[in-house]
Amino acid sequence: MENLFNAIVLIANYLVIPGMTYGCQLALGALGVTLVFGILRFSNFAHGETMAFGTTIAILTTWWLQSAGVSLGPLPTALLTLPIAILAAIVLCLGTDKLVYRFYRSKKSDPVIFLIASLGVMFFYNGLVRFIIGPKDQVFTDGDRFLITAREFKQITGLNEGLAIKTTQAITVVAAVMIVAALFWFLNKTRSGKSMRAYSDNEDLALLSGINPDRVVMIAWILSAALATIAGTLYGLDKSFKPFTYLQILLPIFASAIVGGLGNPLGAIAGGFVVAFSEVSVTFAYKKFLTYLVPESWAPEGLVQLLSTDYKFAVSFVILVLVLLIKPTGLFGRQSS
Amino acid sequence: MTINLRNIGMFVLMVGLIALVGMLQSWSVAFAILNLCLISAIMSLGINIQWGYGGLLNFGVMGFAALGGLAGVLVSMPPVSEAWSAGGNGVILALAIAIATIIAATLSYIKLRNRGTYRLIVTGLIVVVGYFATRWFMDPAVDAIEAVDSARTGYLGGLGLPILFSWIIGGLFAAAAAWVVGKIALGLREDYLAIATLGISEIIVAMLKNEDWLTRGVKNVNGIPRPVLYEVDIQKSDFFLKIAADWNMSIVDLSSIVVKLSYASLFLIVLLFILWLSEKALHSPWGRMMRAIRDNETAAEAMGKDVTWRYLQIFILGSAVIGIAGAMLMTLDGQFTPASYQPLRYTFLIWVMVIVGGSGNNWGSILGGFVIWFFWVEAEPLGLWLMDVITAGMSEDNALRIHLLQSAAHMRLMTMGIVLLLVLRFTPRGLIPER
Repeated sequence: MENLFNAIVLIANYLVIPGMTYGCQLALGALGVTLVFGILRFSNFAHGETMAFGTTIAILTTWWLQSAGVSLGPLPTALLTLPIAILAAIVLCLGTDKLVYRFYRSKKSDPVIFLIASLGVMFFYNGLVRFIIGPKDQVFTDGDRFLITAREFKQITGLNEGLAIKTTQAITVVAAVMIVAALFWFLNKTRSGKSMRAYSDNEDLALLSGINPDRVVMIAWILSAALATIAGTLYGLDKSFKPFTYLQILLPIFASAIVGGLGNPLGAIAGGFVVAFSEVSVTFAYKKFLTYLVPESWAPEGLVQLLSTDYKFAVSFVILVLVLLIKPTGLFGRQSS
Repeated sequence: MTINLRNIGMFVLMVGLIALVGMLQSWSVAFAILNLCLISAIMSLGINIQWGYGGLLNFGVMGFAALGGLAGVLVSMPPVSEAWSAGGNGVILALAIAIATIIAATLSYIKLRNRGTYRLIVTGLIVVVGYFATRWFMDPAVDAIEAVDSARTGYLGGLGLPILFSWIIGGLFAAAAAWVVGKIALGLREDYLAIATLGISEIIVAMLKNEDWLTRGVKNVNGIPRPVLYEVDIQKSDFFLKIAADWNMSIVDLSSIVVKLSYASLFLIVLLFILWLSEKALHSPWGRMMRAIRDNETAAEAMGKDVTWRYLQIFILGSAVIGIAGAMLMTLDGQFTPASYQPLRYTFLIWVMVIVGGSGNNWGSILGGFVIWFFWVEAEPLGLWLMDVITAGMSEDNALRIHLLQSAAHMRLMTMGIVLLLVLRFTPRGLIPER
């Protein structure tokens, strides 16, 4: 019996908790991508860099607060800086929209042109972030590191395996749940949210019923910038901040958004978890887990790992390609465009 | 073909800019830029074939270029016989099983079309059994191969043929990969195709990074044989010593320039050949058909054109050109470093070249390749100079001045973004528009 508990704790510690955290981060990122796709109808390749920009501002403000002696006690100071960082990202996104995308909207350009323009924006943000904070790793996590450490858990339960929960992991999950709840409340209950969904479902009908397209587009950018900043900061707190990783994480984010169906917010969340859990579980070494469950003589010799950890990013694409092949509209259906 | 003074002028200006670098910085730098300009031009020709002729959004340039690089390793490096005897048979058997699994799974997926869940179960079962069978034979073979003198080899090696063959093989590798990718992904359009190809290129690079038995992975393959003379040999040759004395140059500078010039002439031959083929194709009935498909797929299909097959064809052709360029790039570097393949440099930068140069026009893509690579390299010294001028009034230890000078290197990314956005906005058809 104890072995069974040990096996469960092992899986929870190395698979469920990291998968949950990563899934929340991907889901928040994918929501931003999917909202912009729903309203502006293009895949925003600059989204990863928007995340990096928001996080950069959060880091700079964190340093400033730290030097002023402000802290949140056990929680990371970066949480206090989120409003400022979100504001900065919103200003950046709305400015970009005014200078770049609005022109193509007024000309009713092909969605591909928007996509290529977003490549230019990506290059620009990419340089901007490195210009402000440099290409190096920045650690800005403070406060308590763990909610519960592996050793404490072992002492309390008397099991062989420990269960460690990092503060950042707990914050990520709690924050993601709150934000998603707020977002869905906005989309389903408020007038602006309803007009966004109407515009996303059928642009012509929405325009006909007097919805102001500029306002809808503006709200989409504001939401996308806010989600990007939060996702980026949570990711940076949990791992560490390096501008390059935010280009890498763009790819799993796209995968999540497509797996759930581009333009479908609920799908983006589910997609985030599908991608995160498959990445973690395919690259997890099951040897120890099996050793707990089967009699000693059956214990496997190898690591029992389906794919080596280096293929982490490749996994999300295998899923992406499989979904595109088998169900091109995504698991939860995509809006008609 | 009409003679267009404006276009010729732009090419002359480009050559002038490179010459200016030669005079102001050094000729070695100028020819290094020229070599990469030539390779970039070939890559952007490849994208132009796909995007300009057919409207396909291929964001997988990095993967095809990396496959070209792999071809260089497999063609030119000497075979490692101990590794072959240690695990060669196991790897071949495992690969055969893997291929058989893929074929069986595809067949069952197609044949059982109307059988619902049964279809998924059978296909899934084939994949799972095949996967574990492959791993059963692959793992010990790979371990044996990687154990063979792992500091120097630890992989199967290549065929030991002259590296120039790899340019053709690289094209074939990329074409074969493009056939598979195209079969999978060409049902998708626009955003989906872009993201799917981006993802597939990441998978290709992940495999090259991790399959040590094939590529040595992140340990890199160094010392790949050259198609041209080595500097050391030139420095010993009486012929070149005499020229150096006559021209009053140091033999070290001369040897480096001679090597770079020989590469440049090889690359130029390939570029002109591909350009000639592309121009022929573009102005043939085939090229007109492709543009008709691009502009109105439905109408072209109604006229009886096999649109799906034509898209696949153009995807394979363009990718093959990229593969050739990838092999050439590896030849120039003299080493294969899988970790150096980044989407920003190998995919998105090439796209900037095509858009800036003028999609749908081969000459435009070449010019775009030259202009963008030139500024990609020169943005750094220019940025540094600009920052120096801006901060000239500040004191040497001013924190802002130091920060600005250090960050000048990142100016190139911003410059690329701004150039792309400006061109897209004000001359959306590029520097040399489609005729």
